[in-house]
Amino acid sequence: MNKLKVAFYWAASCGGCEIAVLDINEKILDVIQIADIVFWPVAMDIKYKDVEAMPDKNIDVCFFNGAIRTEENEHMAKLLRKKSKLLVAFGSCACDGCVIGLGNLWNKEKIFERAYFETPSTKNPQSVTPQTHLKIKEGELELPKFYDTVKTLAQTVEVDYFLSGCPPPIPSILQAFEAIASGKLPPKGSSLLPTKAVCDECPREKKDRKLHEIKRIYEIEDDFKTCFWDQQVICMGPATRAGCGAQCPKVNIPCTGCGGPAPRVSDQGAAAISALASIATDPSVIEKIVDPVGTFYKYSLANSILRRKIMK
Amino acid sequence: MKEIVINPITRLEGHGKITIFLNDKGDVENAYFQVPELRGFEKFCEGRRAEDLPIITTRICGVCPVAHHMASAKALDAAFNVEPTETAKKLRELEYVAYYIYDHILHFYFLGGPDFVVGPDAPPAKRNVLGVIEKAGLEIGKEVIKHRAYGQKITGMLGGRPTHPVSACVPGGIAKALSEEERREIETMIRSCVEFAKFSLKLFDDIVLKNADYVNLIKSEPYTLKTYYMGTVDKNNHVNFYDGKVRVVDPNGKEFVKFAPSEYLDIIEEHVEPWTYVKLPYLKKVGWNGFIDGVESGIYRVGPLGRLNAAEGMATPLANEEYKRMYKTLGGKPVHATLAFHWARLIELLYATERALELVTDPDITKKDIKNKPGKPGEGVGIVEAARGTLIHHYILDEKALAKKVNLIVATTHNAPGICMSIKNAATGLIRNGKVSDGILNMVEMAFRAYDPCFACATHFAVGEMPLEVEIYDSEKRLVKKLRR
Repeated sequence: MNKLKVAFYWAASCGGCEIAVLDINEKILDVIQIADIVFWPVAMDIKYKDVEAMPDKNIDVCFFNGAIRTEENEHMAKLLRKKSKLLVAFGSCACDGCVIGLGNLWNKEKIFERAYFETPSTKNPQSVTPQTHLKIKEGELELPKFYDTVKTLAQTVEVDYFLSGCPPPIPSILQAFEAIASGKLPPKGSSLLPTKAVCDECPREKKDRKLHEIKRIYEIEDDFKTCFWDQQVICMGPATRAGCGAQCPKVNIPCTGCGGPAPRVSDQGAAAISALASIATDPSVIEKIVDPVGTFYKYSLANSILRRKIMK
Repeated sequence: MKEIVINPITRLEGHGKITIFLNDKGDVENAYFQVPELRGFEKFCEGRRAEDLPIITTRICGVCPVAHHMASAKALDAAFNVEPTETAKKLRELEYVAYYIYDHILHFYFLGGPDFVVGPDAPPAKRNVLGVIEKAGLEIGKEVIKHRAYGQKITGMLGGRPTHPVSACVPGGIAKALSEEERREIETMIRSCVEFAKFSLKLFDDIVLKNADYVNLIKSEPYTLKTYYMGTVDKNNHVNFYDGKVRVVDPNGKEFVKFAPSEYLDIIEEHVEPWTYVKLPYLKKVGWNGFIDGVESGIYRVGPLGRLNAAEGMATPLANEEYKRMYKTLGGKPVHATLAFHWARLIELLYATERALELVTDPDITKKDIKNKPGKPGEGVGIVEAARGTLIHHYILDEKALAKKVNLIVATTHNAPGICMSIKNAATGLIRNGKVSDGILNMVEMAFRAYDPCFACATHFAVGEMPLEVEIYDSEKRLVKKLRR
């Protein structure tokens, strides 16, 4: 049997998805038994040029992490789509835009203003900003273009499967490898995470789930066992896809939603707001919500119905 | 004028590009080190809930998320005017040194070490972790995987998750206490890590220090930079990763300033260049005088060598012996040899394991008093030593405890000016008469690799690690040579 040709790539991301792949630890040795890694910039010296030289559909499966923030990210997404039979959006950035997608509340100009002019440690009397093309005395220097809007991978190219999470849960990564190796894959467009919500994996006890007010996590005397909603704290568990084993609630922190939309949910933030509305005892509870975008769309703004803020 | 482009550079966390310009004689006229991306955390953290900041900012970097988590937690402690309980501090520090264990192992064995273990001009296909395992043996490879995994596992047990931990996002404490059963499990892992750290130093001894060529390379001019150094120290001026004051020494090793986190704006300023997305920090009192070293230049360096130079010793016995040995071997303090970062990193690995053992055997560590009550939200600065250097988070919160303003100065950002210069020095010293080979270009890359740079952090930007390709153009921009690996 021919070995599978596998590629890993990172676009606008933090590197945590690469660490998650390393976190399968010694099992990486099993993966190497059934697969040849043909492109993995973190670990191997295989170049863009080598990828460009590959015949189309040469790669059996490409795990693509990171959002599309710059023109270089977009170029690599298109190139790897062309060269791969299966393209898997790997991790929250590629699937949903992750926290980088919160940049869609502003645009390039505002982000540059903060980074290069306003921050109190910056001294920039000439108002210099990085330039995509810059003539210097020795020649010219180039930087890739920074877009106004963060996009997900599926908003850029066609995606075959989604493996969300920030980073994706290790057991799900291993299951995805097995499913691909055995050819036992769900229908195209499916998520490779379990078909349940974080609440289904959470050991905390659900009681009457009535919301009388909204408290912040540092304002409660946590009893370490009752559902956060019962303790009047917002938790993204009901709206978020599981697979993580409810790691955050297990160390007494509410789910913040990194798994992306729960099964059959298209807009994670709307689902959470709807869950909240259904258990609020009084409309005034809604007024207690601070930062709704950051709370309900922390990882999924770029992949939501809202997508971005309109800049006037 | 010829132009050499190394794009992208490899074996680091993040994306960088080197452009070297040669004059008509084929010597280096100038070299630019560019960081090509940006994500903009300082902007999109505005308006977020305070308790979300230690969760959002971990996404600056998946390699050192624990550093951002703790700097953020400490900034919130300060902003809410609350001191964590003793137990909470110790649990946070234990999580923190466990992160050092996996991060320093990752750099030595996967990223920087191959240059020494396999050799700076070894074939590119061997210059990686597999080459290290091949040379050192599969058994050692398994030990590397095991101990990196221990660091990740302990971080996960205390932080909830190994990558992007969550447990310290409650100002004034930590959300989860440690059970005796967990404590015992961690102690067993740590004891093994202490031995592994000792082994790693011995490996460095055998492979690097017993090889006169390597020692000469470390001490050589192209890899030397006489800068100021910065690092966090305890009350005895010993290196501390989690807490203390930040000490700066001048290029002669004399204390220049020692400051509390809240004073950082009096000490540090950042300069902007139009050819890179990364900002360039310098000591405010000395000023930005361009890419030069010496007492007159405000450029300073952080990270393992920066910390050891800025301190007067290590707080644990074995690491302190190694500390003394390093300075004795390399000719006293401060050490300006950039490649000594690797040695310093392994001394810190030993310190991290010894400190972890102290903490995990401390009777306080399993106590249940893990939270103090926060006060009213305001302004706060949190500083920790990330594996790659001093990390500053500065928040201004409004009355609803939402972030009004956020400023971040991240480990590799401090080192960016030094990295630019190290690359130029190495290129100038190694490329003569237009003669370039893969080995020479790798030795140029070694100048940045020593810093273990993380450009994801440095620009809070997007990572991507690419292989090397070099194109050499003549003065008419005709392609004269192409090198690949």
